[in-house]
Amino acid sequence: MSVRKLLDHRLAMIAVVATIVFVLPAWFPSAYYYRIAALVFIYALAALGLNLLMGFAGQVSLGHAGFMGIGAYAVAIAPAHFAWPGWLGLLAGAALSGIVALAVGRPILRLKGHYLAVATLGLGLLVAIVFTNETRWTGGPDGMTVARLTLFGRTLSSAQSWYWISALAFVAAATLALNLVDSPTGRALRAIHDSEIAARVLGVDVGQKKLAIFVVSAVYASVAGSFFSLLNGHVTPDVSGFLRSIELVAMVVLGGTGSVLGSLVGAAVLVVLPQALTVVHEYETMALGLVIMAFMILLRHGVVPTLAARVGVRWT
Amino acid sequence: MTILDIQRLSIAFGGVRAVDEVSLSVAAGMVFSIIGPNGAGKTSLFNLISGLYPPLDGRVCLAGADVTGLPPDHLARRGLSRTFQNLQIFFRMSVLENVMVGCHRHERTGILADLLHLPKVARQNRASRERAQAALARVGLAGDAERAAAALPYGALKRLEIARALTTEPRVLLLDEPAAGCNAVETAEVASVIRGIAGDGVTVVLVEHDMRLVMNISDRIHVLANGRTLAEGSAAEVRTNPAVIETYLGVETPSREAVRARA
Repeated sequence: MSVRKLLDHRLAMIAVVATIVFVLPAWFPSAYYYRIAALVFIYALAALGLNLLMGFAGQVSLGHAGFMGIGAYAVAIAPAHFAWPGWLGLLAGAALSGIVALAVGRPILRLKGHYLAVATLGLGLLVAIVFTNETRWTGGPDGMTVARLTLFGRTLSSAQSWYWISALAFVAAATLALNLVDSPTGRALRAIHDSEIAARVLGVDVGQKKLAIFVVSAVYASVAGSFFSLLNGHVTPDVSGFLRSIELVAMVVLGGTGSVLGSLVGAAVLVVLPQALTVVHEYETMALGLVIMAFMILLRHGVVPTLAARVGVRWT
Repeated sequence: MTILDIQRLSIAFGGVRAVDEVSLSVAAGMVFSIIGPNGAGKTSLFNLISGLYPPLDGRVCLAGADVTGLPPDHLARRGLSRTFQNLQIFFRMSVLENVMVGCHRHERTGILADLLHLPKVARQNRASRERAQAALARVGLAGDAERAAAALPYGALKRLEIARALTTEPRVLLLDEPAAGCNAVETAEVASVIRGIAGDGVTVVLVEHDMRLVMNISDRIHVLANGRTLAEGSAAEVRTNPAVIETYLGVETPSREAVRARA
């Protein structure tokens, strides 16, 4: 496993995803397809953030949609209440998510397993309640309109522009995540995942490492949330709801915990499948449940790691 | 010079004093063994010294500084590391990566630099890789660097833990039963590795049941029973101490044979 080989490997994976991004639109018959594909990349970005926490450090969060919500409302509130441009709202949302993660992470990341899961669940619920109740700022349960983003004098409203933005953002985020694998922080996090106690006696500040990756994963989710509400042009508290958090966890596990490509695959399955299953409309939800169960039974380590192991390549 | 000094260290679990006012003093550069029957409190004492348990009472001094109650990662940065009786291997990483984690305290990058893969990250990786390779060579695992840790046999994993702890560049290294479950050949390898480490000036504190190994390599032996100090001295002194023979050697059959063979 020389450096060169790893580097080649990393670039190869990013190149494959980038190629898909550029080739895929050739088969898009309508703007609707751009919209679905944009949603896939947006969810993949949020799932990738969660996967950094779950796959690297082995810590779970059932409240990650809370950070999506902070990003989603930041791009709505910033122009509406402060007359800030949308992009500044996105940055402010990411910063706020990072700060919230930093403040909340310190006490709750000491918890383990189910206890951490329930604590993060509480965090997600709390954020959703704030968005629902602070009607003056957020429009309450009905939500609020999100001003279209204007960049370099051009207003981005088409699904097509959001496809390109979200896809390129995912490629960039995936590159950063892959950079982490073979870095000092990445090794420390993977060590924590396997044996926290051994990591500690080797000098790894476990609390600080978990906190750092929690903050990064919150920022990923926040940016995804901002894209989500800019694409929709409207935002409601559902964006930070419990179901959304569960969906993110499902994407990570279905695609493959610890797998960067898996986050994209998991997001693609869970975004596209409900659309595809509308052909069996009455049984849509049931069919969706059955398909997810079948995935987990047949590919129990997640789609990407299971298939990669079967083909005999190192999964990423 | 005393490198590790322990004064009246105690811990209790549900009313049972697992370690009861144990005092010991380890001079720099020696191989210091702690022996005693099962349940004597050896591993509890190690967990206290390495910061995994906060002591109920007592003091731990490392190189003259009071380190009582400091967490294990702080102690590692001050030059104290350890291995585990029940292996604590990073099973999803390669052998080399396992050892590279031990380089963590020398690595000077943050998560942002790592995410962006700044040039200094590549430099750090290179330095850590070299350091880890050297540690693997010291324990005789140089040829296994690229293998998955999960693929190594038990005896090699014991040595992998030693290499991993060595890369933290400890002044004091605690080895918790490094020869447990090893066959005669593997035990001999462990003995020569320990001698090499001590030869490089690292103080080794050893908990071990294999009496032949202990008697062979220890400069000093501390005997525990029921959480208390029973005796301390050289191998010859401990071997002939009546209290030790009665309490300790009377209990463990294989050890008695091993000791008799040497007596």
